[in-house]
Amino acid sequence: MQLNRALAAVTAFLLPLAARAADVSAVAPEWLPLTVGVFAVMIAATLYVTYVAAKRVRSASDFYTAGGGISGLQNGWAIAGDYLSAASFLGIAGLISLYGYDGFMYSVGFLVAYVTVLLLIAEPCRNIGKYTLSDILAYRNDPRLSRVFGAISVITVSTFYLTAQMVGGGVLVKTLIGIDYEVSVITVGILMLAYVLFGGMVATTWVQIIKAVLLVIASFVLVMLVWTPYGFSLPAFMSDVVGDAKVQARVASLLGDAAKSMTPAELGQRFLEPGLLYKVPIDQISLAMALVFGTAGLPHILMRFFTVRSAQQARKSVLWAMAIIGGFYVLTLFLGFGAAKLVGPANIAAVDAGGNMAGPLLAQYLGGGADSLFGNFLLAFVSAVAFATIVAVVAGLVLASASAMAHDLYVGVVRAGHDVPAGEQVTAARVATVIVGALAIGIGIAAKGQNVAVLVGLAFAVAASANFPCILLTLHWRRSNTGGMVAGMLVGTIVAVGLTLVSPNLTYPKLVRAAAHKVLDAAPAKRAAIAAVMANADGAANAVIVKARKDQAALDKAVAKAEADIKKVEGQETSFMGLEKPLIDLKNPGIISIPLGFLAVILGSLVFNDRRAEAKWNELYARQNTGLLVNTASKH
Amino acid sequence: MQSTITVDWDAVIADPRFQTLHRKKQLFLSGLMIFSIVYYFALPVGAAYFQDFFKIRVWGVLNVGLLFALSQFVVAWLLAFYYERKANAEFDTLARDITADHLKTGG
Repeated sequence: MQLNRALAAVTAFLLPLAARAADVSAVAPEWLPLTVGVFAVMIAATLYVTYVAAKRVRSASDFYTAGGGISGLQNGWAIAGDYLSAASFLGIAGLISLYGYDGFMYSVGFLVAYVTVLLLIAEPCRNIGKYTLSDILAYRNDPRLSRVFGAISVITVSTFYLTAQMVGGGVLVKTLIGIDYEVSVITVGILMLAYVLFGGMVATTWVQIIKAVLLVIASFVLVMLVWTPYGFSLPAFMSDVVGDAKVQARVASLLGDAAKSMTPAELGQRFLEPGLLYKVPIDQISLAMALVFGTAGLPHILMRFFTVRSAQQARKSVLWAMAIIGGFYVLTLFLGFGAAKLVGPANIAAVDAGGNMAGPLLAQYLGGGADSLFGNFLLAFVSAVAFATIVAVVAGLVLASASAMAHDLYVGVVRAGHDVPAGEQVTAARVATVIVGALAIGIGIAAKGQNVAVLVGLAFAVAASANFPCILLTLHWRRSNTGGMVAGMLVGTIVAVGLTLVSPNLTYPKLVRAAAHKVLDAAPAKRAAIAAVMANADGAANAVIVKARKDQAALDKAVAKAEADIKKVEGQETSFMGLEKPLIDLKNPGIISIPLGFLAVILGSLVFNDRRAEAKWNELYARQNTGLLVNTASKH
Repeated sequence: MQSTITVDWDAVIADPRFQTLHRKKQLFLSGLMIFSIVYYFALPVGAAYFQDFFKIRVWGVLNVGLLFALSQFVVAWLLAFYYERKANAEFDTLARDITADHLKTGG
């Protein structure tokens, strides 16, 4: 069978790639065979699932939504698998380990977002949608315009998210096991293509379920190892964290001069208090808005609700997803603070400045350290889960983009009015998958070394400012119509992207240079001061000299960084947008762009006259509330 | 697929039971939604503007801010659970009645 051969070819191509490891990595070279073995088992399991799933994909409905035959429980796990990206899995544990309270606060929004999804979006979407976000918009609004604008928005949001995942994934795999960046991007891309192309939504769902289960198991094991010594007492564990010298030293270095008058106990306690990471309150609130409203507009999450049979199952999926996602984020509390206490913030930041290696390093430590079999097995396991995470999230994103391209743009616009045969629909979906997959790999390689963290925030911001107002008001507001939908999509997307382009997120060479020169200019005076302390310290306590040496080392580091920064922006005068300095102070556009998105939908609807939107209101409203005529899944 | 079944949507909307369902759902959902938003945004607002309150130690080294952040999980779960029970017990029953009748008369 053709499929067998194709999957065998994929496997044959991937194994030598996985074995080809370079020199620098978190895993020591002698333990690489173990790591590769764990990876191979995981990849083999997902490819087997794909092989089984591929036999079941016959129609467009099978390809896009697994024929609507996924259960609420399965879908809950798959949503968790789709949502818990590498950024949330590794990133949040890392943020907690480096910044304490602020890192944990960040994770809360990811769970609360699902209350919005549950109450306003999941069930109506199941009741009136078919395969894509545009299906919902097109129900009342002009179908052609809905499909064009819906598809553009889906592809925009997914591309931002996808680029962040590909780049983040490439860097991650390189840091963990030392495979070249390009090789790991291509590996992720090809594996993901194998799942989506052959297995469609059925395989994608199962890959997401497998990943989520592995992720929960891995985290649970680590938390048990961290927490058991404290007899499962939260105050006992936390008091040990704040009493740790490594944690106190971290807080002292974050606070700088302000820390001088604080006792060690106060410094440790400060780790559990807000303000170590977020300095601009309004930015934090803006980010919270994008998280809570953006999740409900993420196309790859919305798409998951079309895979279940009924509104009841959609509701059940969100409940399961909330239990799993919330449970996971509670575990990150222990992973993050545990890593801070056991590994130490300085050691975590030394491997990766963003803290992404906190989880894996904690795993290695808990298993017995860098020289132990169990330590390296745990590290390999966590690394394999991280890899599965990237592949699963990317698969969901590619499927969402491909469905927008094939179902909305090709079947809905190009071939509008024709009765497109089932075979052609599946072919279109597969062709779109290959196009999107190839683009994802290309973008991933092209964006090497770029700071892509801003892209995840941007994806959430566009989803919250364009998709969310359009979907919410189409579903729940009688007067909403095509004019509002077009206005909302345009204004939401343009404002969110535009504000980000003039925000402090971009690099401003002149500001970088000025900051670096300030450090360099101040350095000689500081150096002299330290030298004076050292010279006069003859009779003084040993602590004074130790401190002076520390200051000296910190100064050397700051100077080296300033020199590197100047070199990086050499010959550049303005940011990517041609600006010398940011036009706004906000890093997250949500607080401006979300209200403007809503305003655009409302004004656009009031100005525009649309008979179809009015005529279809009763039908849409009755259907979304009762589930009348909801597509029933064909039994396999 | 469904072209053989037609439903008179205006009749569904006019059905008093649908109006009841609509009213109950709207009230319940907006109440829950507003509560959820207020409760959640109290966290970033509190962390930014009421830091002294968030720093008060309550349970060993655990302070108000940390316990409040943890309470967000419990509250989100309770809200979801409460909605599910209400929807299963009340909204679904109403919706099923309406659906059954209107599919019959529509056929």
